[in-house]
Amino acid sequence: MSTEVKQKDALFSKKNQKLLSDPFNDNNPITVQVLGICSALAITVKLEPAVVMSLSVMFVLAAGNVIISLIRNLIPNRIRIIVQLVVVASLVILVDQFLKAFAYDVSKQLSVFVGLIITNCIIMGRFEAFALGNGPWKAFLDGIGNSIGYGVILIAVAFFRELLGSGALYGIQIIPDSWYITNGGFYANNGFFLFPPMALIVVGLIIWAQRAKNTKLVEEN
Amino acid sequence: MNVNSNAYTYTFATVMVVLVAVLLSGASLGLKSKQQSNVKQEKMQSILASVGVQVDRAGAKSAYDEVIKQVLTIKGGAVVSEDRETGFNVDMAKAIKSSNMDREAPLYVASQGGQTYYIVPMRGKGLWGPVWGFVALESDGNTVIGATFDHKSETPGLGAEISTPMFTNQFPGKKISEAGEFKSISVVKAGTSSGDYAVDGISGGTITSNGVNDMLVDCLAPYAKYFKNI
Repeated sequence: MSTEVKQKDALFSKKNQKLLSDPFNDNNPITVQVLGICSALAITVKLEPAVVMSLSVMFVLAAGNVIISLIRNLIPNRIRIIVQLVVVASLVILVDQFLKAFAYDVSKQLSVFVGLIITNCIIMGRFEAFALGNGPWKAFLDGIGNSIGYGVILIAVAFFRELLGSGALYGIQIIPDSWYITNGGFYANNGFFLFPPMALIVVGLIIWAQRAKNTKLVEEN
Repeated sequence: MNVNSNAYTYTFATVMVVLVAVLLSGASLGLKSKQQSNVKQEKMQSILASVGVQVDRAGAKSAYDEVIKQVLTIKGGAVVSEDRETGFNVDMAKAIKSSNMDREAPLYVASQGGQTYYIVPMRGKGLWGPVWGFVALESDGNTVIGATFDHKSETPGLGAEISTPMFTNQFPGKKISEAGEFKSISVVKAGTSSGDYAVDGISGGTITSNGVNDMLVDCLAPYAKYFKNI
Protein backbone atom coordinates (compact mmCIF):
# COMPACT_ATOMS: atom_id res chain seq x y z
CA MET A 1 0.00 0.00 0.00
CA SER A 2 2.63 2.45 1.04
CA THR A 3 4.71 1.78 -2.04
CA GLU A 4 1.70 2.37 -4.26
CA VAL A 5 1.00 5.72 -2.65
CA LYS A 6 4.62 6.64 -2.98
CA GLN A 7 4.64 5.75 -6.66
CA LYS A 8 1.49 7.73 -7.35
CA ASP A 9 2.98 10.68 -5.61
CA ALA A 10 6.07 10.41 -7.78
CA LEU A 11 4.07 10.18 -11.01
CA PHE A 12 2.23 13.46 -10.66
CA SER A 13 4.09 15.27 -7.93
CA LYS A 14 4.12 19.07 -7.82
CA LYS A 15 7.47 19.04 -9.54
CA ASN A 16 6.23 16.81 -12.34
CA GLN A 17 3.12 18.90 -12.84
CA LYS A 18 5.34 21.89 -13.24
CA LEU A 19 7.14 20.12 -16.09
CA LEU A 20 3.83 19.97 -17.91
CA SER A 21 2.55 23.45 -17.07
CA ASP A 22 5.71 25.54 -17.18
CA PRO A 23 6.07 25.51 -20.96
CA PHE A 24 2.63 27.14 -21.23
CA ASN A 25 3.74 30.38 -19.75
CA ASP A 26 6.92 30.89 -17.73
CA ASN A 27 9.05 28.70 -19.94
CA ASN A 28 7.26 28.65 -23.28
CA PRO A 29 9.58 27.22 -25.94
CA ILE A 30 8.70 29.86 -28.53
CA THR A 31 7.99 33.04 -26.62
CA VAL A 32 10.46 32.59 -23.75
CA GLN A 33 13.14 30.15 -24.89
CA VAL A 34 12.75 31.47 -28.46
CA LEU A 35 13.26 28.01 -29.97
CA GLY A 36 11.52 26.63 -33.04
CA ILE A 37 10.85 30.05 -34.54
CA CYS A 38 11.70 28.94 -38.07
CA SER A 39 8.94 26.36 -38.21
CA ALA A 40 6.57 28.82 -36.57
CA LEU A 41 7.17 31.21 -39.47
CA ALA A 42 6.92 28.59 -42.18
CA ILE A 43 3.74 26.73 -41.39
CA THR A 44 1.38 29.15 -39.72
CA VAL A 45 -0.28 30.43 -42.89
CA LYS A 46 -3.20 28.11 -42.19
CA LEU A 47 -4.58 26.42 -39.10
CA GLU A 48 -4.64 22.89 -40.45
CA PRO A 49 -0.91 22.44 -41.09
CA ALA A 50 -0.19 24.17 -37.77
CA VAL A 51 -2.29 21.58 -35.95
CA VAL A 52 -0.72 18.69 -37.88
CA MET A 53 2.75 20.05 -37.14
CA SER A 54 1.99 20.46 -33.43
CA LEU A 55 0.77 16.89 -33.14
CA SER A 56 3.79 15.50 -35.00
CA VAL A 57 6.20 17.50 -32.88
CA MET A 58 4.40 16.24 -29.77
CA PHE A 59 4.87 12.63 -30.83
CA VAL A 60 8.49 13.00 -31.90
CA LEU A 61 9.49 15.08 -28.88
CA ALA A 62 7.82 12.81 -26.31
CA ALA A 63 9.11 9.58 -27.88
CA GLY A 64 12.57 11.02 -28.54
CA ASN A 65 12.86 12.40 -25.01
CA VAL A 66 12.00 8.97 -23.57
CA ILE A 67 14.49 7.16 -25.83
CA ILE A 68 17.31 9.60 -25.10
CA SER A 69 16.51 9.48 -21.39
CA LEU A 70 16.59 5.65 -21.39
CA ILE A 71 20.01 5.47 -23.02
CA ARG A 72 21.40 8.64 -21.40
CA ASN A 73 23.98 6.74 -19.34
CA LEU A 74 25.22 4.82 -22.39
CA ILE A 75 25.74 7.77 -24.73
CA PRO A 76 29.41 8.76 -25.12
CA ASN A 77 29.65 12.43 -24.29
CA ARG A 78 31.65 13.40 -27.36
CA ILE A 79 29.11 12.14 -29.90
CA ARG A 80 25.94 12.92 -27.97
CA ILE A 81 24.66 15.51 -30.45
CA ILE A 82 25.07 13.04 -33.30
CA VAL A 83 23.23 10.39 -31.31
CA GLN A 84 20.39 12.83 -30.65
CA LEU A 85 20.20 13.70 -34.31
CA VAL A 86 20.09 10.03 -35.30
CA VAL A 87 17.25 9.41 -32.85
CA VAL A 88 15.15 12.32 -34.17
CA ALA A 89 15.84 11.55 -37.81
CA SER A 90 15.07 7.84 -37.54
CA LEU A 91 11.90 8.48 -35.54
CA VAL A 92 10.65 10.97 -38.09
CA ILE A 93 11.49 8.72 -41.05
CA LEU A 94 9.84 5.71 -39.40
CA VAL A 95 6.67 7.66 -38.67
CA ASP A 96 6.64 9.02 -42.21
CA GLN A 97 7.00 5.52 -43.69
CA PHE A 98 4.16 4.14 -41.57
CA LEU A 99 1.89 7.06 -42.39
CA LYS A 100 2.59 6.66 -46.12
CA ALA A 101 1.49 3.04 -45.86
CA PHE A 102 -1.44 3.26 -43.47
CA ALA A 103 -2.62 6.88 -43.31
CA TYR A 104 -1.78 8.20 -46.74
CA ASP A 105 -3.80 11.39 -46.48
CA VAL A 106 -2.16 12.43 -43.23
CA SER A 107 1.24 11.73 -44.73
CA LYS A 108 0.45 14.03 -47.66
CA GLN A 109 -0.41 16.77 -45.19
CA LEU A 110 2.82 16.17 -43.38
CA SER A 111 5.14 15.78 -46.34
CA VAL A 112 6.41 19.35 -46.30
CA PHE A 113 7.04 19.32 -42.58
CA VAL A 114 8.99 16.12 -42.14
CA GLY A 115 12.22 17.96 -42.78
CA LEU A 116 11.13 20.79 -40.53
CA ILE A 117 10.49 18.42 -37.63
CA ILE A 118 14.03 17.02 -37.81
CA THR A 119 15.54 20.49 -37.79
CA ASN A 120 13.19 21.88 -35.14
CA CYS A 121 15.50 23.27 -32.48
CA ILE A 122 12.98 22.61 -29.72
CA ILE A 123 13.58 18.90 -30.12
CA MET A 124 17.38 19.02 -29.98
CA GLY A 125 17.12 21.68 -27.28
CA ARG A 126 14.98 19.51 -24.99
CA PHE A 127 17.10 16.40 -25.63
CA GLU A 128 20.24 18.25 -24.70
CA ALA A 129 18.86 20.32 -21.84
CA PHE A 130 16.48 17.88 -20.22
CA ALA A 131 16.38 14.27 -21.42
CA LEU A 132 20.13 13.74 -20.99
CA GLY A 133 19.87 14.49 -17.28
CA ASN A 134 16.48 13.12 -16.23
CA GLY A 135 14.53 9.87 -16.00
CA PRO A 136 12.18 8.67 -18.74
CA TRP A 137 8.90 9.66 -17.06
CA LYS A 138 10.04 13.19 -16.37
CA ALA A 139 11.45 13.42 -19.89
CA PHE A 140 8.11 12.26 -21.27
CA LEU A 141 6.22 14.95 -19.32
CA ASP A 142 8.74 17.55 -20.40
CA GLY A 143 8.28 16.51 -24.03
CA ILE A 144 4.49 16.69 -23.83
CA GLY A 145 4.59 20.01 -21.96
CA ASN A 146 6.97 21.68 -24.36
CA SER A 147 5.18 20.47 -27.46
CA ILE A 148 1.87 21.75 -26.11
CA GLY A 149 3.48 25.10 -25.31
CA TYR A 150 4.83 25.12 -28.87
CA GLY A 151 1.51 24.07 -30.38
CA VAL A 152 -0.50 26.71 -28.52
CA ILE A 153 1.61 29.52 -29.95
CA LEU A 154 1.64 27.95 -33.40
CA ILE A 155 -2.14 27.67 -33.45
CA ALA A 156 -2.62 31.20 -32.10
CA VAL A 157 -0.38 32.64 -34.83
CA ALA A 158 -2.04 30.52 -37.52
CA PHE A 159 -5.47 31.65 -36.29
CA PHE A 160 -4.67 35.32 -36.95
CA ARG A 161 -2.81 34.68 -40.19
CA GLU A 162 -5.50 32.52 -41.75
CA LEU A 163 -8.35 34.75 -40.59
CA LEU A 164 -6.79 38.04 -41.70
CA GLY A 165 -4.81 36.70 -44.65
CA SER A 166 -7.34 34.36 -46.27
CA GLY A 167 -10.60 35.24 -44.50
CA ALA A 168 -10.98 31.61 -43.45
CA LEU A 169 -10.44 29.34 -40.46
CA TYR A 170 -9.41 25.72 -40.88
CA GLY A 171 -10.12 26.06 -44.59
CA ILE A 172 -13.70 27.27 -44.01
CA GLN A 173 -14.59 30.72 -45.30
CA ILE A 174 -15.45 33.04 -42.38
CA ILE A 175 -15.66 36.47 -44.00
CA PRO A 176 -18.87 36.54 -46.09
CA ASP A 177 -18.28 36.64 -49.85
CA SER A 178 -20.43 39.76 -50.25
CA TRP A 179 -18.04 41.81 -48.06
CA TYR A 180 -15.23 41.60 -50.58
CA ILE A 181 -14.42 44.54 -52.80
CA THR A 182 -14.46 42.25 -55.84
CA ASN A 183 -18.12 41.53 -55.04
CA GLY A 184 -19.03 45.15 -54.39
CA GLY A 185 -18.24 45.14 -50.66
CA PHE A 186 -15.67 47.00 -48.57
CA TYR A 187 -13.24 44.29 -47.43
CA ALA A 188 -10.01 42.88 -48.79
CA ASN A 189 -7.80 40.17 -47.33
CA ASN A 190 -4.49 41.43 -46.01
CA GLY A 191 -2.08 39.60 -48.28
CA PHE A 192 0.85 40.55 -46.05
CA PHE A 193 -0.39 38.05 -43.47
CA LEU A 194 0.42 35.24 -45.88
CA PHE A 195 4.13 36.06 -45.74
CA PRO A 196 6.58 34.95 -43.04
CA PRO A 197 7.42 38.48 -41.76
CA MET A 198 3.87 38.79 -40.45
CA ALA A 199 4.31 35.59 -38.43
CA LEU A 200 7.34 37.14 -36.79
CA ILE A 201 5.34 40.28 -35.98
CA VAL A 202 2.47 38.24 -34.53
CA VAL A 203 4.92 36.19 -32.42
CA GLY A 204 6.46 39.49 -31.29
CA LEU A 205 3.06 40.82 -30.26
CA ILE A 206 2.34 37.64 -28.32
CA ILE A 207 5.69 37.93 -26.53
CA TRP A 208 4.86 41.55 -25.69
CA ALA A 209 1.42 40.69 -24.35
CA GLN A 210 2.84 37.81 -22.33
CA ARG A 211 5.57 39.94 -20.75
CA ALA A 212 3.17 42.76 -20.00
CA LYS A 213 1.10 40.31 -17.94
CA ASN A 214 3.91 38.23 -16.50
CA THR A 215 6.40 40.85 -15.32
CA LYS A 216 8.89 38.36 -13.89
CA LEU A 217 9.88 37.49 -17.48
CA VAL A 218 11.03 41.05 -18.13
CA GLU A 219 14.81 41.38 -18.00
CA GLU A 220 16.44 44.12 -15.92
CA ASN A 221 17.99 47.16 -17.63
CA MET B 1 32.77 0.88 -17.97
CA ASN B 2 34.18 4.16 -19.21
CA VAL B 3 31.61 5.57 -21.63
CA ASN B 4 34.00 8.28 -22.77
CA SER B 5 36.87 6.06 -23.94
CA ASN B 6 37.68 6.02 -27.64
CA ALA B 7 37.01 2.31 -28.00
CA TYR B 8 33.56 2.65 -26.42
CA THR B 9 32.69 5.67 -28.55
CA TYR B 10 33.57 3.82 -31.77
CA THR B 11 31.68 0.70 -30.69
CA PHE B 12 28.62 2.72 -29.71
CA ALA B 13 28.62 4.60 -33.01
CA THR B 14 29.01 1.40 -35.04
CA VAL B 15 26.27 -0.48 -33.19
CA MET B 16 23.95 2.52 -33.46
CA VAL B 17 24.50 2.94 -37.20
CA VAL B 18 23.92 -0.76 -37.91
CA LEU B 19 20.80 -0.91 -35.74
CA VAL B 20 19.27 2.19 -37.27
CA ALA B 21 20.14 1.07 -40.80
CA VAL B 22 18.51 -2.33 -40.27
CA LEU B 23 15.45 -0.76 -38.70
CA LEU B 24 14.92 1.86 -41.42
CA SER B 25 15.62 -0.37 -44.40
CA GLY B 26 13.41 -3.06 -42.87
CA ALA B 27 10.55 -0.60 -42.51
CA SER B 28 11.10 0.74 -46.01
CA LEU B 29 11.14 -2.73 -47.62
CA GLY B 30 8.23 -4.04 -45.60
CA LEU B 31 5.95 -1.10 -46.33
CA LYS B 32 6.93 -0.47 -49.93
CA SER B 33 4.18 -2.42 -51.70
CA LYS B 34 1.48 -0.85 -49.55
CA GLN B 35 2.88 2.63 -50.18
CA GLN B 36 3.07 2.07 -53.92
CA SER B 37 -0.49 0.87 -54.13
CA ASN B 38 -1.56 4.03 -52.26
CA VAL B 39 0.29 6.18 -54.79
CA LYS B 40 -1.27 4.26 -57.70
CA GLN B 41 -4.77 4.59 -56.28
CA GLU B 42 -4.25 8.28 -55.71
CA LYS B 43 -3.18 8.74 -59.32
CA MET B 44 -6.36 6.98 -60.47
CA GLN B 45 -8.36 9.23 -58.14
CA SER B 46 -6.85 12.39 -59.64
CA ILE B 47 -7.39 11.15 -63.20
CA LEU B 48 -11.05 10.53 -62.39
CA ALA B 49 -11.42 13.83 -60.54
CA SER B 50 -10.43 15.74 -63.68
CA VAL B 51 -13.58 14.49 -65.42
CA GLY B 52 -15.65 15.17 -62.31
CA VAL B 53 -15.79 11.61 -60.93
CA GLN B 54 -15.13 11.75 -57.18
CA VAL B 55 -14.29 8.41 -55.57
CA ASP B 56 -12.55 7.43 -52.36
CA ARG B 57 -9.21 5.70 -52.56
CA ALA B 58 -10.57 2.21 -51.95
CA GLY B 59 -13.01 2.51 -54.86
CA ALA B 60 -10.52 4.14 -57.23
CA LYS B 61 -9.40 0.98 -59.07
CA SER B 62 -12.87 -0.27 -60.04
CA ALA B 63 -14.13 3.20 -61.02
CA TYR B 64 -10.96 3.77 -63.06
CA ASP B 65 -11.41 0.51 -64.95
CA GLU B 66 -15.00 1.46 -65.68
CA VAL B 67 -14.56 5.08 -66.78
CA ILE B 68 -11.20 4.97 -68.56
CA LYS B 69 -11.77 3.10 -71.79
CA GLN B 70 -8.36 3.42 -73.37
CA VAL B 71 -4.87 4.51 -72.42
CA LEU B 72 -2.95 5.64 -75.49
CA THR B 73 0.72 6.46 -75.68
CA ILE B 74 1.44 9.24 -78.15
CA LYS B 75 4.74 10.12 -79.73
CA GLY B 76 5.24 12.79 -82.39
CA GLY B 77 1.48 13.13 -82.83
CA ALA B 78 0.83 9.44 -83.54
CA VAL B 79 -0.36 6.61 -81.31
CA VAL B 80 2.53 4.23 -80.58
CA SER B 81 0.90 2.01 -77.98
CA GLU B 82 -2.59 1.18 -76.79
CA ASP B 83 -1.50 -0.91 -73.83
CA ARG B 84 -3.21 0.32 -70.65
CA GLU B 85 -0.33 -0.51 -68.35
CA THR B 86 2.33 1.03 -70.61
CA GLY B 87 0.48 4.33 -70.70
CA PHE B 88 -0.34 4.37 -66.98
CA ASN B 89 3.24 3.59 -66.00
CA VAL B 90 4.95 6.24 -68.14
CA ASP B 91 7.26 8.11 -65.79
CA MET B 92 6.29 11.73 -66.39
CA ALA B 93 9.35 13.03 -64.52
CA LYS B 94 11.52 11.34 -67.15
CA ALA B 95 9.21 12.02 -70.08
CA ILE B 96 9.24 15.81 -69.68
CA LYS B 97 13.02 15.83 -70.04
CA SER B 98 12.76 15.06 -73.75
CA SER B 99 11.40 17.56 -76.25
CA ASN B 100 7.70 17.75 -77.08
CA MET B 101 7.78 15.62 -80.18
CA ASP B 102 10.22 12.89 -79.01
CA ARG B 103 8.27 12.25 -75.86
CA GLU B 104 6.14 9.23 -75.09
CA ALA B 105 3.08 10.96 -73.75
CA PRO B 106 0.17 9.03 -72.25
CA LEU B 107 -3.41 10.04 -73.05
CA TYR B 108 -6.37 8.66 -71.09
CA VAL B 109 -9.59 8.29 -73.01
CA ALA B 110 -12.58 8.38 -70.70
CA SER B 111 -16.22 7.73 -71.38
CA GLN B 112 -18.69 9.31 -69.01
CA GLY B 113 -22.42 9.78 -69.58
CA GLY B 114 -22.12 8.93 -73.28
CA GLN B 115 -19.42 11.56 -73.83
CA THR B 116 -15.78 10.92 -74.68
CA TYR B 117 -13.13 12.88 -72.85
CA TYR B 118 -9.37 13.07 -73.26
CA ILE B 119 -7.32 13.34 -70.09
CA VAL B 120 -3.80 14.74 -70.39
CA PRO B 121 -1.32 14.09 -67.58
CA MET B 122 1.19 16.83 -66.83
CA ARG B 123 4.21 17.50 -64.70
CA GLY B 124 6.40 20.53 -64.17
CA LYS B 125 8.38 22.51 -61.66
CA GLY B 126 6.97 24.56 -58.79
CA LEU B 127 8.93 26.65 -56.34
CA TRP B 128 10.12 23.89 -53.99
CA GLY B 129 9.54 20.73 -55.95
CA PRO B 130 7.53 19.10 -58.70
CA VAL B 131 3.95 20.02 -59.51
CA TRP B 132 1.69 17.78 -61.55
CA GLY B 133 -1.90 17.40 -62.61
CA PHE B 134 -4.46 16.19 -65.11
CA VAL B 135 -6.40 18.28 -67.59
CA ALA B 136 -9.53 16.79 -69.15
CA LEU B 137 -10.65 17.93 -72.60
CA GLU B 138 -13.92 17.44 -74.40
CA SER B 139 -14.11 15.18 -77.44
CA ASP B 140 -13.06 18.10 -79.68
CA GLY B 141 -9.63 17.98 -78.04
CA ASN B 142 -9.85 21.70 -77.40
CA THR B 143 -12.32 22.72 -74.69
CA VAL B 144 -11.30 22.01 -71.09
CA ILE B 145 -13.88 20.23 -68.98
CA GLY B 146 -11.91 19.95 -65.74
CA ALA B 147 -8.46 20.00 -64.20
CA THR B 148 -6.76 18.78 -61.05
CA PHE B 149 -3.35 19.83 -59.80
CA ASP B 150 -1.14 18.62 -57.04
CA HIS B 151 2.33 19.35 -55.72
CA LYS B 152 5.02 17.87 -53.57
CA SER B 153 6.02 20.72 -51.31
CA GLU B 154 4.61 24.10 -52.34
CA THR B 155 4.00 26.65 -49.56
CA PRO B 156 0.65 26.13 -47.79
CA GLY B 157 -1.64 29.12 -48.32
CA LEU B 158 0.40 30.34 -51.29
CA GLY B 159 1.66 28.02 -54.03
CA ALA B 160 -0.16 25.06 -52.51
CA GLU B 161 -3.46 26.72 -53.44
CA ILE B 162 -3.11 25.33 -56.98
CA SER B 163 -4.71 22.12 -55.73
CA THR B 164 -7.79 23.89 -54.36
CA PRO B 165 -11.11 24.35 -56.22
CA MET B 166 -10.56 28.13 -56.11
CA PHE B 167 -7.82 27.63 -58.71
CA THR B 168 -8.98 24.55 -60.60
CA ASN B 169 -12.58 25.77 -61.02
CA GLN B 170 -11.33 28.41 -63.43
CA PHE B 171 -10.39 25.79 -66.01
CA PRO B 172 -13.69 24.34 -67.28
CA GLY B 173 -14.66 26.08 -70.52
CA LYS B 174 -11.16 27.33 -71.35
CA LYS B 175 -9.67 26.37 -74.71
CA ILE B 176 -6.21 25.20 -75.64
CA SER B 177 -6.12 26.00 -79.34
CA GLU B 178 -7.40 28.79 -81.50
CA ALA B 179 -8.48 28.14 -85.12
CA GLY B 180 -6.59 24.86 -85.10
CA GLU B 181 -3.35 26.37 -83.79
CA PHE B 182 -2.13 25.26 -80.36
CA LYS B 183 -2.16 28.14 -77.88
CA SER B 184 -2.25 26.68 -74.35
CA ILE B 185 -3.78 28.38 -71.33
CA SER B 186 -1.73 31.05 -69.59
CA VAL B 187 -1.67 31.52 -65.85
CA VAL B 188 -1.56 35.28 -65.40
CA LYS B 189 -1.33 37.70 -62.46
CA ALA B 190 -4.25 37.22 -60.07
CA GLY B 191 -7.29 39.27 -61.09
CA THR B 192 -6.16 40.08 -64.63
CA SER B 193 -7.32 37.05 -66.61
CA SER B 194 -9.89 37.39 -69.35
CA GLY B 195 -11.00 35.37 -72.33
CA ASP B 196 -10.77 31.68 -73.11
CA TYR B 197 -7.01 31.31 -72.89
CA ALA B 198 -6.06 32.61 -69.45
CA VAL B 199 -6.71 31.88 -65.78
CA ASP B 200 -5.80 33.84 -62.63
CA GLY B 201 -2.61 32.80 -60.86
CA ILE B 202 -2.18 32.65 -57.09
CA SER B 203 -1.33 35.97 -55.51
CA GLY B 204 1.84 35.46 -53.46
CA GLY B 205 2.49 32.19 -55.27
CA THR B 206 3.93 33.66 -58.45
CA ILE B 207 6.69 31.12 -59.01
CA THR B 208 4.31 28.20 -58.54
CA SER B 209 1.79 29.88 -60.87
CA ASN B 210 4.49 30.39 -63.50
CA GLY B 211 5.45 26.74 -63.05
CA VAL B 212 1.87 25.70 -63.78
CA ASN B 213 1.84 28.00 -66.80
CA ASP B 214 5.01 26.42 -68.22
CA MET B 215 3.73 22.96 -67.41
CA LEU B 216 0.50 23.57 -69.35
CA VAL B 217 2.42 24.66 -72.46
CA ASP B 218 4.99 21.90 -72.19
CA CYS B 219 2.60 19.04 -71.51
CA LEU B 220 -0.28 19.99 -73.82
CA ALA B 221 1.95 20.63 -76.85
CA PRO B 222 2.84 16.96 -77.56
CA TYR B 223 -0.84 16.23 -78.22
CA ALA B 224 -1.57 19.24 -80.44
CA LYS B 225 -0.94 17.34 -83.65
CA TYR B 226 -2.95 14.35 -82.49
CA PHE B 227 -5.94 16.49 -81.47
CA LYS B 228 -5.85 18.32 -84.78
CA ASN B 229 -6.60 15.07 -86.58
CA ILE B 230 -9.44 13.75 -84.48
